[in-house]
Amino acid sequence: MNQVVLAASQLDKRVRSAEGELTLLAGINLAIQSGETVAIVGTSGAGKSTLLGLLAGLDTPSGGQVWVDGEDLFALDEDGRARLRAAKVGFVFQAFQLLPNLTALENVMLPLELAGRRDAAAQATQVLDRVGLGKRLQHYPKQLSGGEQQRVAIARAFATQPKLLFADEPTGNLDNKTGAKIIDLLFELNAERGTTLVLVTHDAQLAGRCHRRLELEEGRLRSEA
Amino acid sequence: MNALLMGLRQLRRDWRAGELTVLALALTLAVACVSSVNFFTDRIHLALESQANDLLGGDLVLASSNPVPAAFKTRATQLGVHLAETVEFPSMVLAGERTQLAALKAVSEAYPLRGHARIAHALFAPDEPIAGGPPPGKVWVHGRLLSELGIEVGATVTVGAATLQVDAVLASEPDQSEGMLFNLAPRLMMNLADLPATGLVQPASRVRYRLLMAGEAAAIQSFRQEWQPRLQPGEQLVDVKDARPQVRTALDRGEKFLGLAALVSVLLAGAAVALAARRFVSRHLDNCAVMRCLGAEQRFINRLYLSQMLWLGLLASMLGVLLGYLAQGGLVIVLGPLAGVELPPPGARPVLWGMLTGMITLIGFALPPILQLAGVPTLRVLRRDMGRVRPNTVLAYGTALGAMLILVILQARDITLAAIVFFGLLLIVLLLGLLSLLLLRLLRSLKTRADDTWRFGLMNIGRRPAQSVIQMVGFGIGLMALLLLAVVRSDLLDEWEGRLPADAPNRFLINIQPDQLPAVRQFFAGEGIAAPKFFPMVRARLIAINGKAVNEESFANQHARQMVSREFNLSWASELQADNQIISGRWWNENDHGRAWLSVEQGLAKDLGLAMGDTLTYSAGGQEFSAGIVSLRSVEWDSFKPNFFVLAPPGLLEEFPASYITAFYLPSERYTVLNDLIQQFPNITVLDVAAILDQVRRIIERVTLAVEYVFIFTVLAGLMVMYAAIYATLDERIREAAILRTLGARRGQLLGSLVVEYVGLGFLSGLAAAISAGVVGVVVAQRVFELTYVPGPTLWLGGMLLGAVGVGLAGTLGTRFVVDQPPLRTLRGD
Repeated sequence: MNQVVLAASQLDKRVRSAEGELTLLAGINLAIQSGETVAIVGTSGAGKSTLLGLLAGLDTPSGGQVWVDGEDLFALDEDGRARLRAAKVGFVFQAFQLLPNLTALENVMLPLELAGRRDAAAQATQVLDRVGLGKRLQHYPKQLSGGEQQRVAIARAFATQPKLLFADEPTGNLDNKTGAKIIDLLFELNAERGTTLVLVTHDAQLAGRCHRRLELEEGRLRSEA
Repeated sequence: MNALLMGLRQLRRDWRAGELTVLALALTLAVACVSSVNFFTDRIHLALESQANDLLGGDLVLASSNPVPAAFKTRATQLGVHLAETVEFPSMVLAGERTQLAALKAVSEAYPLRGHARIAHALFAPDEPIAGGPPPGKVWVHGRLLSELGIEVGATVTVGAATLQVDAVLASEPDQSEGMLFNLAPRLMMNLADLPATGLVQPASRVRYRLLMAGEAAAIQSFRQEWQPRLQPGEQLVDVKDARPQVRTALDRGEKFLGLAALVSVLLAGAAVALAARRFVSRHLDNCAVMRCLGAEQRFINRLYLSQMLWLGLLASMLGVLLGYLAQGGLVIVLGPLAGVELPPPGARPVLWGMLTGMITLIGFALPPILQLAGVPTLRVLRRDMGRVRPNTVLAYGTALGAMLILVILQARDITLAAIVFFGLLLIVLLLGLLSLLLLRLLRSLKTRADDTWRFGLMNIGRRPAQSVIQMVGFGIGLMALLLLAVVRSDLLDEWEGRLPADAPNRFLINIQPDQLPAVRQFFAGEGIAAPKFFPMVRARLIAINGKAVNEESFANQHARQMVSREFNLSWASELQADNQIISGRWWNENDHGRAWLSVEQGLAKDLGLAMGDTLTYSAGGQEFSAGIVSLRSVEWDSFKPNFFVLAPPGLLEEFPASYITAFYLPSERYTVLNDLIQQFPNITVLDVAAILDQVRRIIERVTLAVEYVFIFTVLAGLMVMYAAIYATLDERIREAAILRTLGARRGQLLGSLVVEYVGLGFLSGLAAAISAGVVGVVVAQRVFELTYVPGPTLWLGGMLLGAVGVGLAGTLGTRFVVDQPPLRTLRGD
């Protein structure tokens, strides 16, 4: 149980801008145990989303390393990181990021299909049933409410049984009541499946439900609570 | 997962979600358009060709000064080619005491292989087609021979040692050569079986042998290829392309019109595909980022989209070919009765051609931007501003250009036309782009003076210059196609048909003596026929070029040999006729009276190897004279007006014996006028060109109809481009309208500004399109169709009006729902 699934060492991210070099992240070190739930918090522009992007291998750092389940993320090429994500990582986004041209079922099937699973439809149906959308399989995203869309996104994230789940402001686009239900669902599934959850949020209530909080300030990790 | 299968699945999902409608529609239309044109042109072409072959009496003719070798006939028969023979030579014909030189033509049983001769049962009576040639013992003679000999149908004539009966008046023969019209000797056609009995063909006789051949196109083609290199001196293989300039010109023009229509349609559809692909890419950026985030490799995404596009190409092309087939079927129902002949069924080639066109169009215009999707940064899932894919412009434009070039080469039967269309289209896109930028600049300086809605709409055009230019180029291309079709095409077709008005001369009078001119004019006045123009004609033989004696042996060119071996008809004129045009040098004026100058037709100059400044020496009536070439002319031989290869200024030729020639229109029901004319002026010869005239006119009519029909597709393709251009910016508009509505813009304001924006865009692109269409019209008319076209005010007004109203209406209707969309839904990114 107490195995490290996600670790970062001396992670830096700098970008060039009109005013010269801008440091987004500096010297980030962290280690997250399997099954943990961790919230990354901080003010706007503190570098939360940048850190999430790097931890998930969606972006490349200026320096430092990230290990996902023991694999050095940036020793892999772009496609290698994609393969790693396919096998071990799930995502939930603030803007849901459902494919508008696919039905709810097809959206959930997508990562399973990408992984070459033959039982994609059955699996996806099962997960959608679990998130309470068993009757809305053939609906397109635009026919669903915001909360329903985020449930589809959660179903998509859990469909491949990932070791690690990243969530970027999962309640940011939802009202409080719906947001609370979504958080419940996220934590229920997390507990059921033993997934490690790393989420970025403004929401103190949400952060409070996590085992740990990592607070970012001007690109540096201030404290662990 | 198998990318091919996944591609098909994604195609199905995208199709169901309406993501592919415009792309698929544009592609299907491109293929439907090309296929229908190809199916139809193939069939019409075959029909036209076989009808044109009527004018040759066969599909291919071997003309020779010696009897046709037996080996030649044997080989042709082996290939399944049907044969007929004719033997032609001049000979005296006797009737009682009177004699007349006639152009004899003996024809075999199978003659003619294509088309029909036309005969009448009395002089100047209406004629009708008849199968075959005269039976043994009978002859058909030209009306002139009857008048010259003073006999009627039913009389007997003596030809060499044989006595034959005149069975009918020969009005026209399927394989009559150009020269025959102006041959002084009238035709006598007899059966080949009677030829030995005449004893006329001796070893040294000047005899022309012709072997007519007809059969499957492939057999004729291979036979031609096989024998062309083995021809002996004095032998010549002739097909319809080599015969009869009037018909050839008509056929060529028709083919060019159809080829142009097909080409333009494909390229238009290509533009629509490119615009649709642009929207597809922008809508799939997020999808790609999400898929990469979910673990899809770049290579997989590439394969996925490639296979999706291949499936789309395959299905849309198949549908397009089917639609194309149905469309040409409809055409045959409409035009079939007019065609008068059974159209041969289309082959498999247009199917392959259509599929190929579809794939090339898709690969060339859509694939490069779509394959760049795989390069979208994964980070876009977190930050939407990321991942605007930097299009590889060189690759995208390069492939599109390559595709255009391949399509042009595939479709155009004519290199000049292909080059004009290819470079023309490039120039037009550039021109439209530049004009759009320029007009946008102008607009920015104007916009401050308008009221709110106006200002807002006009500002919208200027605020996104890149998109506005793309849209304007799209609208411009579409509008230009419509303008070319609506205005330029009808002007061009009118101009072409105008070459042969209903009252184009159908009778020629030759051999009018100078002292008869007043009486002939009076005769015309008495019959209520407007007095035609009389042209003087001096018969002279070319004996030297630049002081060096020439004869038939001096030239290798068949036409040159013919021209030198007989007398030229020279004429003089003070003014250049409308159907003549000076190519180099200058025409003369009053001060040049009597100068030893000549103006030579360019084709003759080429055949004889003549250049400006050369001196020609002629012998006429025993006298010689020399004159220098001061101009070269082009002549519209299909105008059916008297024209001359060589002209002199007044004052040079008057001392030589001359006769006059004229041409006039006589309605067919008034043919008895000619009887009276011949009685009053027995020496005058009447030539009847009504039959040839009708043939050419029928071809023009038919081709015009076909072209009109084919252009419907071009119009559809033009509309498709405009539709795609409207849809290209739809997503941005929806987002923008939502933001504006949350900022408090009223529905009416938004709608008003949309109307203003589209009307403005349409007006500007209409102007740009009219300028481009005018330029294209002039160039195409001059270079390809040898017609004169001057863009009129209809074009400019039409362009701006069509643009403003058409684009305004279509754009507003197409995007109207943008203002009805609840803003929150849009902004939430649903």
